[in-house]
Amino acid sequence: MPEPIIRIDSIVKRYGALTVLDGLSMEVMPGEKLALIGPSGSGKTTILRILMTLETISDGFIQVDGEQLYHMKKDGRLVPADERHLHKMREKIGMVFQHFNLFPHKCVLDNVTLAPMLTKGIARAQAEERAMELLDMVGMADKAKSMPAQLSGGQKQRVAIARALALSPKIMLFDEVTSALDPELVEEVLNVMRKLAAETDMTMLLVTHEMGFAHDFADRVLFFDRGKIVEEGRPEDIFRHPKQERTQTFLRKILAAGHRV
Amino acid sequence: MIDWSGYIGLILEGALVTIQLTLMGSALAIVVAFAAGLGRLSRFTGVRALATTYIEFFRGTSIFVQLFWAYFVLPFAGITLTPLQAGVLALGLNVGAYGAEVVRGAVKAIGREQREACIALNLTRYQAMRHIILPQALPLMLPTFGNNAIELLKGTAVVSLISLTDMTFQAQVVRAQTGNTLIPFATILVLYFVMAWLISLGMRWLERRVSRGLDGVRA
Repeated sequence: MPEPIIRIDSIVKRYGALTVLDGLSMEVMPGEKLALIGPSGSGKTTILRILMTLETISDGFIQVDGEQLYHMKKDGRLVPADERHLHKMREKIGMVFQHFNLFPHKCVLDNVTLAPMLTKGIARAQAEERAMELLDMVGMADKAKSMPAQLSGGQKQRVAIARALALSPKIMLFDEVTSALDPELVEEVLNVMRKLAAETDMTMLLVTHEMGFAHDFADRVLFFDRGKIVEEGRPEDIFRHPKQERTQTFLRKILAAGHRV
Repeated sequence: MIDWSGYIGLILEGALVTIQLTLMGSALAIVVAFAAGLGRLSRFTGVRALATTYIEFFRGTSIFVQLFWAYFVLPFAGITLTPLQAGVLALGLNVGAYGAEVVRGAVKAIGREQREACIALNLTRYQAMRHIILPQALPLMLPTFGNNAIELLKGTAVVSLISLTDMTFQAQVVRAQTGNTLIPFATILVLYFVMAWLISLGMRWLERRVSRGLDGVRA
């Protein structure tokens, strides 16, 4: 039995008086494709943001790839992680954002090569070679010299995926990556992700409202509500035979809103 | 009949001093504007406090007083400056305080999303600032920097109070010697205007250069 690559242990996340996550625990196995679904405000995006160290936790522990994320050992004791420890841990994790967050002043190719060159000291020639492979994989090789402003939303998101992949993370986080796209552009991004899931053994966590995609893509689906995992299981079970009433209500609502399963 | 060529020559000599003060003052202002502007965004409380104190102090006191301090008071502390050095120091620090707020505002205008992308790509804070935030913030700073540089140019006239022979000083000398008011003051009016106009042109050119590729991203 392999060790989980992510082990979340009773984490709490508070914003002032508001508790978003209240003692949440979960585990993710290496290579697992996980879909996190649930109503907005249920805490699913917060989990991705915490794993990417964009938010801190108020309490609890997170272990990533055998090491504590927010803590480190010092003189045999666990102390809060410093910037250097976080820097090391971030190497293992990549993230794709809802709004792409490409660097508007850099061309597509430079967007992809920047981080490998700066953080791993890879020479420009190698970084560009690898970037072109990745851009080719997401179908954006012919736009390598374009500026982000010249691209459609779907194209931007495919570049953003290539940019995150360029650092070869073990874990990829996808935060509602199609939510900001026009409906006709959603499919091109989902196709890239299907390909990615088929061709790599990367661990992937996906927050999405695309239930049909979650169904096909995920090994396991977690349904979140009010900061807790209400129900989890194989996609066919969650989507076809949800046990919890809250899951049933959520799925009914989202299907009524026109999302396919 | 007055031979004007000699007097105009005197004013042009003063114009050189004005240009020199403007260039050197602006250079100093840029350096302190970035130092103090980024200092105010530091995560270290001490650095933030230092930057804030500098900015509030130099914005809150008169350039005249600052100049007098630089020239007349600092010698008591064992620091004696030439009039030019005192002028550059006072002008640079004064305008730099305004520029610092421009730097801070522009850096803050680059949104959370860009910073989060930098964290997700594991850039250090320095790398993010140097490669992502500042290149995007710079085009936002330039129009106001242009204003500041023109303010600095016009502010150079105060140095005549510490016996620097800038353009305004020379115009008054010419006026005293010839008894003619219109010609020397008309001359420096035109000269100040031309210099300010050149600064505007230069800034517009710079703005176009640094915003290349950013068209359509921001209004």
